[in-house]
Amino acid sequence: MFELSKVEHRYGATRVLSVPHWRAEAGDAWLLAGPSGSGKSTLLHVLAGLTVATAGRVVVAGQDLRALAPGARDRWRGRTVGVVPQRLHLVGAVSVADNLRLACTFAGLPVDEARVRALLEALQVADLAGRRPGALSQGQAQRVAIARAVVNRPALVLADEPTANLDDAHAAAALELLRTQALEAGATLVVASHDARVKPLLPRTYTLPAHAAEAA
Amino acid sequence: MGPTRLALAYARRRPLATVLVIALAALGTAIVVLTLAVSRELEERLTRDSAGIDLVVGAKGSPLQLVLAGVFHVDVPPGNIPLAAVDELRAHPMIAQAIPLALGDSFRGFRIVGTEPALIAHYGGRLALGATWTKPMEAVLGSQVARATGLRPGAQFTGSHGLSESGGEHGDAPYTVVGIAAPTGTVLDRMVLTSVESVWAVHDAHHPPQAQEDDHDHAGRAGPAREVTMVLVRYVGPLAAASLPRELNESTNYVAASPAYETARLLTVFGIGLDLVRAFALLLVAASALMLFVALAQALDERRYDLAILRALGAHRLQVAWVLVAESVTLALAGAALGWVLAQGAMVVAGTWLPAAAPLARAAWTLRAVDAWIAAGAAAAGILAALWPAWQAYRLDVAATLADA
Repeated sequence: MFELSKVEHRYGATRVLSVPHWRAEAGDAWLLAGPSGSGKSTLLHVLAGLTVATAGRVVVAGQDLRALAPGARDRWRGRTVGVVPQRLHLVGAVSVADNLRLACTFAGLPVDEARVRALLEALQVADLAGRRPGALSQGQAQRVAIARAVVNRPALVLADEPTANLDDAHAAAALELLRTQALEAGATLVVASHDARVKPLLPRTYTLPAHAAEAA
Repeated sequence: MGPTRLALAYARRRPLATVLVIALAALGTAIVVLTLAVSRELEERLTRDSAGIDLVVGAKGSPLQLVLAGVFHVDVPPGNIPLAAVDELRAHPMIAQAIPLALGDSFRGFRIVGTEPALIAHYGGRLALGATWTKPMEAVLGSQVARATGLRPGAQFTGSHGLSESGGEHGDAPYTVVGIAAPTGTVLDRMVLTSVESVWAVHDAHHPPQAQEDDHDHAGRAGPAREVTMVLVRYVGPLAAASLPRELNESTNYVAASPAYETARLLTVFGIGLDLVRAFALLLVAASALMLFVALAQALDERRYDLAILRALGAHRLQVAWVLVAESVTLALAGAALGWVLAQGAMVVAGTWLPAAAPLARAAWTLRAVDAWIAAGAAAAGILAALWPAWQAYRLDVAATLADA
């Protein structure tokens, strides 16, 4: 589904990411592990086409990301990748349902109202559809963020530290939701986490070495 | 849920700033629209009232005063000229028409004008009721006079001295209303029309004429030295404008004033005042744009994550920049639209309460070409206010913002 080879990213002379090779098949669910500072978030941004790696080859869903112009990369990302950021970042000015609709519109896709409704129901936040995100609990907000990530049926779902700030039961539930929703959308799932509780919940693990960040 | 609806949602999220921006823009726009309407109506009225009058010939004095008194009827005339001047002017080959005016008295603030029926035709008027005067002390009321006083043909009234309502009454010389003129939208509507002889008669009753000085040059005519206040003159053709005013000013004891020229001078003076008001209004609009800029710049700080997540969801750089521009332009246009509505309302209110402003009320609720320019100006101000925040949004480093948890 995606394949990275000899990928490196640097800020100036500092290397912040190094991935010799990583290949994932469609429908896989991966844990992206590694200590803080090993470049997990950077690697998610590279997979999402938000960051263009300094070196190496990144092919996601058959697309070589380096070959895409910035505008085309935005459009590609909207239709191919679903992102659940660590701080969720629901848009506070609009309702829960509108947060999902934003994801459709800004990806250049028509709003599939049936899909929006079905997702909110499946994630048990349908009765909150008209509320502002500010009124939600952490768990509810996370479910909305997951719904937003999968509403366009992306091929790849990326989640950054989804279990941070959650107790054991909620952490397991969040992971379970990500897996079932990615599966339902037919998407490959990558969860970046340094949380030891996550490893047993995902079938595959790719670990970034701790010493990635070093001056070259 | 596109960029524009999102922009509106953001505007609703901070009602105070939104209301302030709209209110300032509305106030500024309202004043601009109002001053434009006032100067337009003023110019139209001055043009309408002075249409067809090429020259006003009267006693020595200020030409502007002569025009104000004889064409717009808002000032006292400088003095009188002999009746003989009317015939002199009529005999001139370059003059097509000369209508005498005898002024001096008023009725409830409306000026009594001693003249000839030709004056009604000159303003394009006709009689709505009754007939024109045939003998002294008969009067025709302009439409506004009739409405304000409620007098009908057959009613009697007396004039008072001067233009104010408090002048001494000529109680011993009553006029009889014989006709009422249809509305013309000109100064005629505010006139009480009668014959020149009536004005003389009222005047004679108070100040008996002294006949002695008249006898030597008007053999065969017994009676006092008759005078009129001024004469409205129409040229035979445009060529007369080049020579006639100078000829009259140099070779006679009269002043010949051109309403077109004096009106232009007057409008220049008014224009400065209106320009000042307008400059103040533009200051309000600028303050509104500045507020908009500050509000957006502040909002940008809070919305950095929102904009970053929109980019992560697939939004183009231009789309997130547009969210800010759309909000700014929408608020600016809303302010301009509200200001336009306020101005139209003010015009209707002013026109209802002040008879002199009635044309403003009639001109209200009409979209004009200038309104398109106002809308364009508002949109431009909105874009200008959003330019810097939108540029910041355009350049937003999405990865760094999302990682900055």
